[in-house]
Amino acid sequence: MTQEFILETRGLTKEFRGFTAVDDVNLQVREGHIHALIGPNGAGKTTVFNLLTKFLPPTRGEILYRGKPITGMKANGIARLGLVRSFQISAVFAHMTAMENVRVALQRPIGTSFHFWKSERTLDHLNDRAIELLDQVGLREYADVLTVEMPYGRKRALEVATTLAMEPTMMLLDEPTQGMGAEDVDRIVELIRRVAKGRTVLMVEHNLSVVSRLCDRITVLARGSVLAEGDYAAVSANPLVKEAYMGSEAEEEEASA
Amino acid sequence: MSTTQTLTPTMKRQRRANLRRNAFYLILIVVGMVAPFLAYPVFLMKVLCFALFACAFNLLLGYAGLLSFGHAAFLATGGYITGYLLASYPAMTPEMGIIAGTLAAVVLGAAFGALSIRRQGIYFAMVTLALAQLVYFAYVQSPFTGGEDGLHGVPRGELFGIISLRSNLAMYYFVFAVFLIGFAIIQRAVHSPYGQVLKAIRENEPRAVSLGYNVDAYKLVAFILSAGIAGLAGSTKTVVFQLASLTDAHWHMSGEVILMTLLGGVGTLFGPIMGAGIVVSLQHMLGQSPLGNWVSVILGVIFVVCVLSFRSGIVGEINKMYHKNFK
Repeated sequence: MTQEFILETRGLTKEFRGFTAVDDVNLQVREGHIHALIGPNGAGKTTVFNLLTKFLPPTRGEILYRGKPITGMKANGIARLGLVRSFQISAVFAHMTAMENVRVALQRPIGTSFHFWKSERTLDHLNDRAIELLDQVGLREYADVLTVEMPYGRKRALEVATTLAMEPTMMLLDEPTQGMGAEDVDRIVELIRRVAKGRTVLMVEHNLSVVSRLCDRITVLARGSVLAEGDYAAVSANPLVKEAYMGSEAEEEEASA
Repeated sequence: MSTTQTLTPTMKRQRRANLRRNAFYLILIVVGMVAPFLAYPVFLMKVLCFALFACAFNLLLGYAGLLSFGHAAFLATGGYITGYLLASYPAMTPEMGIIAGTLAAVVLGAAFGALSIRRQGIYFAMVTLALAQLVYFAYVQSPFTGGEDGLHGVPRGELFGIISLRSNLAMYYFVFAVFLIGFAIIQRAVHSPYGQVLKAIRENEPRAVSLGYNVDAYKLVAFILSAGIAGLAGSTKTVVFQLASLTDAHWHMSGEVILMTLLGGVGTLFGPIMGAGIVVSLQHMLGQSPLGNWVSVILGVIFVVCVLSFRSGIVGEINKMYHKNFK
């Protein structure tokens, strides 16, 4: 029964010096879903995200992955379980080429990453796979470009390619469309839809149109606790949610729909 | 069988750069072979020992992004262990002494690293400085180091028990070989699968963590490698000069290696060698001139000018100019 939820939290709480940023959050993410975590600024979305990905230790509560507790694991450990996160600011290795960025992710499982006595040419057999992954996100022609020279939207796509290289069962995306123009947003939405096939995605997102287009289920956070949960229609009809967060924005959406 | 490796234009460019670099190595080796006939070998050996020390430091600062302020401890440990063993056990050959000294620095590096690697930035520098001071005071008090007097009259002995190192020329070629081995180890580490991960960590540490890498372990390996090669430099220096003294353990020495590395160009292959060459030459020349007492002041001024006006160091600036004009 627990297996239908790939990721679950029970009573997750985080306090910073007496300030409760996340308060008793029970989150359940179903396998195969694209699940969004939304809420007004300061609702604790990013804190929840950092707790889930172990970049912050929780004060109380439990995190379960496929029914097993992962509360005490380290950030790099859960990545190896297949829970791979992205970052708000595009997380790329700036002075490496796009291909090398992806290759760093491919390299770890082959087990020579501590081999300082081997030539880096021993990694060349990963190049084809790296370029395949770049192709999947439409970056084939950027393979040779130093990442620092790539436009912002492309960097985010590169981040997705690098994440895919980990063969994640679950991707945690922290505001994947933040700071993007409309054209890039559409591209990323398509990309997420494509790569989410056969995977579970949990994303923190501000852009409600992105959420409405992509997500199967939405959890609304306000002041550190869960305010509402459901699909987009249910959540956007909830008066509490309207009051706390969506306000006029939701009404506009409804009017236009 | 279908290992159709895709060679991208960048990689082809890199291969060409590798070829150029190999040509440069060849020139370096030839110059190194001829040098003792053009300059005083003892001076050259001093330059080589400090160049190796600076290269080891550069591996840590330039490629792992860790600023250690305690590298003197490794130089000194290598020197004292080698000096003590060679002076106390006449059966020991110089290469055995040097290997023992290097291993001692590796062990000390592992201990330092385990205690400091989780700290970031200035805290890391402070922890390494504090540990190095601890080691300094231990060496002042220990009987085996000779305390304030140091160890004198360490025999150079016979390499492998057959080749006498008493002549400066023989000694020089041995030191040159040691230098090349140390330099090659660093080069390989930088351009290895491990080097790729190290680069990724330096570029974006949280991302490297999210890709499943235990970044502290990778940094620790860099620290231990760097400590070991610093120890190798110290051990070799002791055999050359037949003495080991507290100067090597003093925090001045940790500062000096930072100066050499920054002056030559941190994160460049040849920068530390050039930086060491300049600093040692200045000390040598100024030490004999009436300006002798001003060495520290002059080095300090050079340091300030370097940090203010050419931050990427001499080799770094040359690289920049090259890329601007030939690309």
